[in-house]
Amino acid sequence: MNAVVVENIIKTYGKKKEVQALDDISFEVNKGELFGLIGPDGAGKTSLFRILTTLLLADSGTAKVDSLDVVKDFKAIRKRVGYMPGRFSLYQDLSVEENLEFFATIFNTSIDENYDLIKDIYVQIEPFRKRKAGKLSGGMKQKLALSCALIHRPSVLFLDEPTTGVDAVSRKEFWEMLKGLKQQGITMLVSTPYMDEAALCDKVALIQKGKILSIDTPVGITEKFGRPLMAVRSSRMLQLLQQVKELPGVQDAYPFGEYHHVVLKEDDAVAPLLDFIRTRKDEGAEITVVTPDIEDCFIALMKTDT
Amino acid sequence: MKQFFAFIKKEFYHIWRDKRTMFILLGMPVVQIVIFGFALTNEVKNSKIAVLDFSKDDATQSLITQLDASRYFDLEKNLVTYGQVEEEFKKGKIKMAVVLPRHFSEDLKHENKVQVQLIADASDPNVANTLANYASAIIMDYQERITNGRKMPYTINTEVRMLYNPQLKGVFNFVPGVMAMVLLLVCTMMTAITIVKEKETGTMEIMLVSPMRPQLVVLAKAVPYLLLSIVNIATILLLSVYVLEMPINGNLLLLVGESILFTLVSLSLGLLISAGAQSQQTAMFISLVALFLPTVMLSGFMFPIENMPLPLRVISNIVPAKWYYSIVKSVMIKGMGIAGVWKETIILAGMMIFFLGMAIRKFKIRLA
Repeated sequence: MNAVVVENIIKTYGKKKEVQALDDISFEVNKGELFGLIGPDGAGKTSLFRILTTLLLADSGTAKVDSLDVVKDFKAIRKRVGYMPGRFSLYQDLSVEENLEFFATIFNTSIDENYDLIKDIYVQIEPFRKRKAGKLSGGMKQKLALSCALIHRPSVLFLDEPTTGVDAVSRKEFWEMLKGLKQQGITMLVSTPYMDEAALCDKVALIQKGKILSIDTPVGITEKFGRPLMAVRSSRMLQLLQQVKELPGVQDAYPFGEYHHVVLKEDDAVAPLLDFIRTRKDEGAEITVVTPDIEDCFIALMKTDT
Repeated sequence: MKQFFAFIKKEFYHIWRDKRTMFILLGMPVVQIVIFGFALTNEVKNSKIAVLDFSKDDATQSLITQLDASRYFDLEKNLVTYGQVEEEFKKGKIKMAVVLPRHFSEDLKHENKVQVQLIADASDPNVANTLANYASAIIMDYQERITNGRKMPYTINTEVRMLYNPQLKGVFNFVPGVMAMVLLLVCTMMTAITIVKEKETGTMEIMLVSPMRPQLVVLAKAVPYLLLSIVNIATILLLSVYVLEMPINGNLLLLVGESILFTLVSLSLGLLISAGAQSQQTAMFISLVALFLPTVMLSGFMFPIENMPLPLRVISNIVPAKWYYSIVKSVMIKGMGIAGVWKETIILAGMMIFFLGMAIRKFKIRLA
């Protein structure tokens, strides 16, 4: 049984349909899965979320949430899904408590009824329950927004970039909370521009310019990388990158944190690179083998796509 | 229904916590009534006049005293020569000069005829006209007193009665106008702005993905402003009766009922505007330009519609305030019952149904 089924969704904007937001997207999300939609800004993540939450109509294609059609059965879907938009969208002049109470009533429930579901999240902001939502810190706002989106025990929860603009610690906490919710059997779709968060999902879809590049488990995606990957560094990074790119056997090289990642065409192509690094007289020149992560895969997929 | 009330409660929180806006909404009618009642009035009171008296006898003295004593005129200066008249007008101090000829008293007694010259500053034609009329009336009054009821041969006396407003008070004109303006401003503009605000801040996005019916969201937003308007109607009526001493001649319930009907028309208009506007500025701009100006210009409150060219008279018919203004005048001042205003009432009700229908039809259940 699939919680979300998307088939051939196309969405364009503009009078002449000149902006292609989603280009023939299809995927499925299993019940109880934590599904990550990973891609840079403008990839079409928000458009897809809005189509699934019945807020936008697709140009063509069909989508089902909990076996309900997003166009025909939009009223039924609105009753059972939870949605947390990318922008903080609660009432800033209402207090934490008032916001939660309001959303509970709007969804025909009460805080007491589903308190067990939000308890772990809500206790963290409960000391500030009399504070106006507009005066909360970024991390606390996210927690409140999540509590409000959960208060009616949705079967599918849509989180549009919940960790954008949130500090590293709060981000980590937030993903911990999502893991907790998974135990409660809630299907979750999370979009994020942060590649490192992909590893925390059960399944991820890499999306770029309205197209899905790859869908798999995080491990599955990195396994598909299929080429040797090296990390190199030296004291003259810029020069190093240019020189490495011109070496024979090098498919691609790009900056990656403190290192440059070098993708080799095949396993035995490592020799020229090793020689090159050894003969360099730069201070601190080093080379190691690394296992590719989602970001490496994303970069590789992006380049084969174009 | 529980959702509906929760929404209304939330809306009251918004209004209550934005103290500045609330103060403006509740204070505006008070300020407008006070300003229109005491400062901006087209009644002519205590106008400064100068007198050029060439005879300086009993009769002229008595006439001048009578002019000065009336509440319309204040004697500013006694002049000596004709040249001074123009001089005084140029200084801008006086509005009218009264010139009394030589031998005023003798001519009056022996020749039964005397001429008084009134020179008025007609740079404001309405004021000049009014002043000349007042002065003539006072002079006629004086003449009647000295003839002392003696029958004059061949005289026609006109007896003018100003019905419904014998003292020609300006209050009677502007209280209905202010009511229309305040209700329109509070209901239309505020409703439009608050709904668009939910779109702007993104809360509408969440409200749409909820079991609450979108139409209910919109109606719930209108309710607090309806209540606020009822408070405003009460304030205006209390102020007009107790501060401006304007009577309510008709049925109070009918007046309040008609006011609520107009409030509903304004609310529907606000909802209609909010369905189209995407930003708070747009909503405010549309409300001001498309509604506020026509209300002031074309409702008959500032300028009489009868004097307008035909196209404007036709356009004035679609201004809701015109009909409400006419109802309030009929009920409040002329004391008419529903039989006298049924036509206007039906027009307003029709407008409400039309606007509300359009608003609900145009309301988007999705984002785009």
